[in-house]
Amino acid sequence: MSFWEVTVFLFDGFLISLLIFAVTLLCGAPLGLPIAFCSMSRFKAVKAVSKVFVWIIRGVPLMLQIFIIYYVPGLLFDTPIFSQMDRFFFINYGVNDAGRIIAVLIAFTINYACYFSEIYRGGIESISKGQYEAGYVLGLTKQQIFRKIILKQVIQRIVPPMSNEIITLIKDTALANCIIVCEIIKQAKELAATKAMIWPLFYTGVFYLVFVGLLTIVLGKLEKKLSYFRS
Amino acid sequence: MALLEVKDIKKNFGKTEVLKGISFSLNKGDVLAIIGSSGSGKTTLLRCLNFLELPDEGSITVDGTVLIDGADATTLSDEAIRQNRLHFGLVFQNFNLFPQYNVLENVTLAPTLLKKGTPDEIEQSARKLLDQVGLGDKLKNYPHQLSGGQQQRVAIARALALQPEVLCFDEPTSALDPELTGEVLRVIRSLKDRDTTMIVVTHEMEFARNVADTVIYMADGVIEEMGTPEQVFGNPQKEKTKAFLRGAQNIF
Repeated sequence: MSFWEVTVFLFDGFLISLLIFAVTLLCGAPLGLPIAFCSMSRFKAVKAVSKVFVWIIRGVPLMLQIFIIYYVPGLLFDTPIFSQMDRFFFINYGVNDAGRIIAVLIAFTINYACYFSEIYRGGIESISKGQYEAGYVLGLTKQQIFRKIILKQVIQRIVPPMSNEIITLIKDTALANCIIVCEIIKQAKELAATKAMIWPLFYTGVFYLVFVGLLTIVLGKLEKKLSYFRS
Repeated sequence: MALLEVKDIKKNFGKTEVLKGISFSLNKGDVLAIIGSSGSGKTTLLRCLNFLELPDEGSITVDGTVLIDGADATTLSDEAIRQNRLHFGLVFQNFNLFPQYNVLENVTLAPTLLKKGTPDEIEQSARKLLDQVGLGDKLKNYPHQLSGGQQQRVAIARALALQPEVLCFDEPTSALDPELTGEVLRVIRSLKDRDTTMIVVTHEMEFARNVADTVIYMADGVIEEMGTPEQVFGNPQKEKTKAFLRGAQNIF
């Protein structure tokens, strides 16, 4: 296999990595918000449930969560639910049946939503009480205060920790290969196994590095754009 | 009839009685200065007037309308509390400007959200207010680009933009460098000339003496002494007041 052919073969896998990355970010980031609000709830029961949930999800390896999401429903209902799914989805991507990818997406989204929720909570709680009170004495409603005063300050504060988490996410997508989803590392292992080529495994690092480089530039720009004020 | 009538306000935080029955009234256009040592309840009183705290007992009446009567404090809806707040303005010790908005936007934000006029009218009156506090040339600056004294003057303009009936100041110069207190006190004084009704919690004794129509000395949650500046500063009746004023005045 030529260098070019290897590159194309690995890039096929990297598209799956990017898919996991994009879906986790697009679903996990919004999902983190209600979890954050539950963790800050005045209702003790809601708060407790949310805290325990976040504790479990952050306390257990993501790889184990992927196994649980993929296998446990099948065990419970005595039928391999996820491996049936490709009948309902018209994606069939080599060995990648849709069910495996969906299981990975669910596990990643839940896991990252919990991490994001903690970042949001930290950001929201770091805004001084004085900002809320200044809004209150001006006769604003709670919603107006959150949307027009608090939110942008929170966003400014969470961009650096979110950037960190987002960069970790693209590398975490490699975990998908534990249930034989053909992301880039799995593709490289495939080459090692079938063609006795080991160098593509190391070559995968370049894909991650290029993508992380792009992310760093974009996130850095965002951070700079928000630095016009100091909260 | 007095513009503001405060009757027998009591407030506890847990087992600590912070306000033990505060009553006073204030006429339109008058300036009330509240002095007293830290922990005497001055700030809590202002926070009750602005409904940041709800008093446990007592009533607050503005212009004949009872805003709160101790008994129904807990039954007030969020919306009623919000409406009540509009009678008062509050200038904080730490300014609490909104950092992501420039000077002009800080002043126009609340009137815009509360639909107090057309965008043009709101901006015009905001510019006028900022001119009044001497910041007509800083409209596009962000709070972090201003000195403490300038920030506090923006905060005053922001509070005035909603035309509150009573404007309250919570130690407006305590967080400022000494050389910046003058500019803020001058602005407050200029408001008195425009007949703004004000309550100023302050440690600036000279200011209280020269600007206030009435001075209240508070200690341990009660009004120890109340009167004209001449009475309170010139001829205090209570031992506590005398001791406080001695401490405040004779530093050397």
